[in-house]
Amino acid sequence: MLKSSAKETVAGYLFLLPNFLGFLVFTLIPVILSLILSLVDWDMLSAPKFVGLANFVNLLGFHMQDGRLFPNDPLFWKCVGNTLFLMLVIPVEMAVSLFLALSMNRKIIGIKLFRILYFLPTITNGVAICLLWYWIYNQDFGLLNSLIVKLGDFLNLSLKGIPWLTSTLWSKPSLMIMGLWVAMGGYNMILFLAALQGVPRELYEAAEIDGANCWNKFWSITWPMISPTTFFIAIMAVIGGFQGGFMQAYIMTGGGPDRSTTTIEYLIYNHLYSWQHVGYSAAIAWFVFVVVFTITVVNWRYGGRLVQYYHY
Amino acid sequence: MITQITNKIAQIKSAAGKTLVYFFLILGAVTMIIPFAWMFSTSLKPYASVFIFNINQIQWIPSPVYWGNYINVWKVVPFAIFYLNSLFVCAAVTLAQVATSAMAAYAFSRLKFPGREKIFFSYLATMMIPGSVTLIPVFVLMRVFGWVDTYKALVIPVAFSAYGTFMLRQFFMTIPRDLEDAAKIDGCNYLGIFTRVILPLSKTALATLTVFVALGNWVSFMWPLLVTNSIEKRTLPVGLAYFQELYQYAQPDWGLLMAGSLVTMIPVMIIFLFGQKFFVEGIKLTGIKG
Repeated sequence: MLKSSAKETVAGYLFLLPNFLGFLVFTLIPVILSLILSLVDWDMLSAPKFVGLANFVNLLGFHMQDGRLFPNDPLFWKCVGNTLFLMLVIPVEMAVSLFLALSMNRKIIGIKLFRILYFLPTITNGVAICLLWYWIYNQDFGLLNSLIVKLGDFLNLSLKGIPWLTSTLWSKPSLMIMGLWVAMGGYNMILFLAALQGVPRELYEAAEIDGANCWNKFWSITWPMISPTTFFIAIMAVIGGFQGGFMQAYIMTGGGPDRSTTTIEYLIYNHLYSWQHVGYSAAIAWFVFVVVFTITVVNWRYGGRLVQYYHY
Repeated sequence: MITQITNKIAQIKSAAGKTLVYFFLILGAVTMIIPFAWMFSTSLKPYASVFIFNINQIQWIPSPVYWGNYINVWKVVPFAIFYLNSLFVCAAVTLAQVATSAMAAYAFSRLKFPGREKIFFSYLATMMIPGSVTLIPVFVLMRVFGWVDTYKALVIPVAFSAYGTFMLRQFFMTIPRDLEDAAKIDGCNYLGIFTRVILPLSKTALATLTVFVALGNWVSFMWPLLVTNSIEKRTLPVGLAYFQELYQYAQPDWGLLMAGSLVTMIPVMIIFLFGQKFFVEGIKLTGIKG
């Protein structure tokens, strides 16, 4: 007869076992393997060659040429730039989400219908969304250019269709508009709505007695009260943004034109799958990890100062 | 008199505010609907009639309405196989993930054993690591195991989740211990407590996790793309993308593509309509994203 504490230990390990095995083989060991891979040069065919930090030097380093400094991997830095540029839509997405949440935070007829409509892109298969917008952005037959030309007819201007996905000028804005459409009524709006519903009504009532209008009430009550949620959403969006853009690039643009829509994530895929640079792709993945980790840690240490927490 | 006037003004103000709110909500809803309406409209057009000569002539209601795309979509590519693959993979992953997460969460929240805190911390620590860091070595492992292009590769590596474990553990912690103690006195063992006390009390949390895992897997793209080569092993998202690749050198058959896209949306919409409550609650509870 086992002692009850020994029994509990055995039960604990048994309950944990299936999950832990999976965790070990598909998360914990891969993290270590990934570090090792980032130190080798390997095309998955010949034997891997240990190269030390060469991948990271190629990735992040610079060299002098004709007295000027050049990055060793200009494509990588271009992709970093693309990724950051595409993230510029995040504040717009958040503002629209908050605006929609504010509108929905009251008794509304047909609220369920609105909620489903706004949420539709979020629950739709991303490939279907990308195909839909690929078609909408079609230069010769797409909906958006149809509407633009129609508007031109209406205003007696000869407006021309825009080469949405095929020009370096428009390719990024196109993906950002699509991203806004997908994100504005999704998870973030629901998080904002939950935050708004958590603001105590007494605060508004007190402000009303003092003669505050909607504008005052928003900036001196709502905005500070929901700031933890706003901050959380912003951090998650930035972390997600660094890892985004794969599907759009794969389906809609192939990363082009002229690599203008290749994000870090798509570059990782290219190195891993298209060019068989396994070690190099692992090095890029670790770069993303360091960025995400830094954001998280800075958020932990200093985030509290930007946010106002209220305790009851 | 003055109070009457201020009341009146307040009334008008609130009515104007309400109208404005509805205006913006409806504007937003229309913005949401138009692309989907265009999707549906396109799906009802045969190949040639999608390519109109005058770009400013949008035909919203096709004449005649052509349903052929919804039939052809099953013939041009093995769409039914994609569908079955997706259903099978999604069901297997969801079942495995929820079951293993619940078991591990029970161990973490209720059972004492050496190393528990350390293991739990390692779970937490890995949750911050970007997917691509582990994706690359797991992809290599699939080659080593010889699992590429098998259902094993589509299911097993994604059947375990630190996030699900964490979420359920947090929920199990809130369940009062008195009930378990009563069950223990009645001679229930740990398995009995788990299946008869903990699980029935966690239906909402389990349903929430189920909906999230199922939806997340249904739309997952990069992993199935990496580990499948043959058409017969593709899941719906990858299959849809393959559809488009068929037309690399010509204008795609947009009607067919849109019909295919719409068909993939149906199961999710059903899940969402029935599981909306769990979904919204789940987002509020955890702030997790698909």
